Amino acid sequence: MLELVDVHKVYRVGTFGTGTVHAVRGVTFDVQPGEVVSLIGESGSGKSTIGRMVLRLVTATSGSIRFEGADVVSLRHRGLREYYRHAQGVFQDPFSSYNPIFKVDRTFETLRRSYFPRVTGAQWSERVDEAVHSVGLVPSEVLGKFPHQLSGGQLQRLLIARALLLDLRLLVADEIISMLDASTRIDVLNLLGDLKARGLGILFVTHDLSLGNYVSDKVVILYQGRVVERGVTAAVFADPKHPYTRTLLASVPQLDRRWEEVEADEALRTAALGDRCLYHEQVDDEHGLGLVEIEPGHFVGCFRMAADDPCPGARVTVAR
Amino acid sequence: MSLRVDDLAVHYRTTRGDVKALDGVTFEIADGEIMGVAGESGCGKTTLGKALIRLEHRMKHVRGTVTLDGRTLPIADDHAMNAYRYDKVSLIPQYAMSAMNPTRKIGRMIRELVTSRGVAYESVQPELERRLRLVGLDEGVLARYPIELSGGMKQRVVMVLATLLDPSLLIGDEVTSALDVTSQKAVARALVEFRDREFVRSVVVVTHDISVLYQMADTILVMYAGRLAEKASATTVIDRPLHPYTKMLVGALPKVGERYDHARLSGIVGRPPSLLDPPTGCRFRERCPLAMAKCQEQPEFREVAPGHQVACWAVA
Repeated sequence: MLELVDVHKVYRVGTFGTGTVHAVRGVTFDVQPGEVVSLIGESGSGKSTIGRMVLRLVTATSGSIRFEGADVVSLRHRGLREYYRHAQGVFQDPFSSYNPIFKVDRTFETLRRSYFPRVTGAQWSERVDEAVHSVGLVPSEVLGKFPHQLSGGQLQRLLIARALLLDLRLLVADEIISMLDASTRIDVLNLLGDLKARGLGILFVTHDLSLGNYVSDKVVILYQGRVVERGVTAAVFADPKHPYTRTLLASVPQLDRRWEEVEADEALRTAALGDRCLYHEQVDDEHGLGLVEIEPGHFVGCFRMAADDPCPGARVTVAR
Repeated sequence: MSLRVDDLAVHYRTTRGDVKALDGVTFEIADGEIMGVAGESGCGKTTLGKALIRLEHRMKHVRGTVTLDGRTLPIADDHAMNAYRYDKVSLIPQYAMSAMNPTRKIGRMIRELVTSRGVAYESVQPELERRLRLVGLDEGVLARYPIELSGGMKQRVVMVLATLLDPSLLIGDEVTSALDVTSQKAVARALVEFRDREFVRSVVVVTHDISVLYQMADTILVMYAGRLAEKASATTVIDRPLHPYTKMLVGALPKVGERYDHARLSGIVGRPPSLLDPPTGCRFRERCPLAMAKCQEQPEFREVAPGHQVACWAVA
């Protein structure tokens, strides 16, 4: 449904745009209907830039982004407007997504004006009620309120409800739960799971691996704008191959194992492998690094894997 | 005993009346203890942290005392507290990344700060450089401006700076929240290391992220709507919590490896009560699955096992 092939983004920085930041370097992956794909990485990994390129909030420098076969990068005016009927984004800070002087129902009303001018008020409020119900909220309790009267979790769910009023097929969720309390986070995550069951494709951008794991079918691990590992969530999390993925997983604060225990395990593994990995010395070639498929649907982009002496961290020999 | 807080109540003045953000909390922190404070937004955890070092002008000390190393802290007297701040009680603020003066090189800023406390910069400089190296920074950062450092580096500089004069009590407000998982781990580790090396005697870490507390804190204090719900060792709070609120809070966190389609977790239905006019009795009873008639009365925060305190009628 959504397909990214060798996408690059170069930002111009500095006074006259003299400097450049290569934020995304040759990223390739796809999202299918009814699938949650998590983009996981730390600050500066390019994960949010990818989400923004998919939503056309920034333009890709090169590469192709296709949604249901149509090129997203070249969309203009009406085409872009139609694209937004099917693809919507929800972002980290729910408060800044709302007009603070509009009550929630008026925020919904602006959507009717731009996308459904022929729908009558009565029909519209019926649809709004249904959408609000479907995100687990009671319309009478939230619609007449101002954003500051609602909790972050409620606002985030209302943004999703707003997106659902359109003919939504793709949702880009950029760190939507990092600002929420632990007690409401899980409700928003469960909602994503329900949307997935309804056939929506979801691009879930996060830095939190435990959340990424809870809802997603596939994960894409990014490091400095490159995909270092991607594949089916269960496979990647059960046996991460790339040393960066392992470092990330070992740093996640868990509730059943302390960092010391995780590190002890990692140390044993490293001792057994005996060699240092060069993932952080990746060559900066024009096309970035090729990903190697080490098992069906599990790709790893380790520098050593493509070389003659495969990375001991992966324990596989790559046929060249 | 390092810190003792007795029946502390702090209210916020608003145009609609007093918000009872902290409504009678009593606890102790032992020497060398790292205590984590957890709870939802608006439970009073940040207010508690602030009350121990500096009340904002909107905040009003209503009752209760704070005793540090046997001396009562004059928390209601902003001026008198100055004698304790930084040397005895120090703080890593919520937005440590923007806590530094952007117009000063870091070294000069630290010089100004310690000089203002009557300490010669030259006398602390070797120790400062040693501690910076301990958190993985070299003394080169002293010649740089805050803007030149990454978020994790700034957080570590602020940590070293906050503990430079070996305070008795360090308060960390959401120290790891804005960081990536790898920097989060480094900062949390450094804080434990500082305690082990006795740069700080005891630490209060306020955060909404219980899993970080499990990794770094000795004990966890769970707050709900301005009151204490439970306090016990970190392991006990995570593995064998007694208060229904703690159980639900811990149960709402997915563990690594847990999947939506296998075990669907659930959040806590409802919202905490308004603290403008808090309900009588147990404040969690509206959302509590175990609520009973007895909950109309306020449960006492009492010890049910050595080092394990709970405020709940349903706990035998």
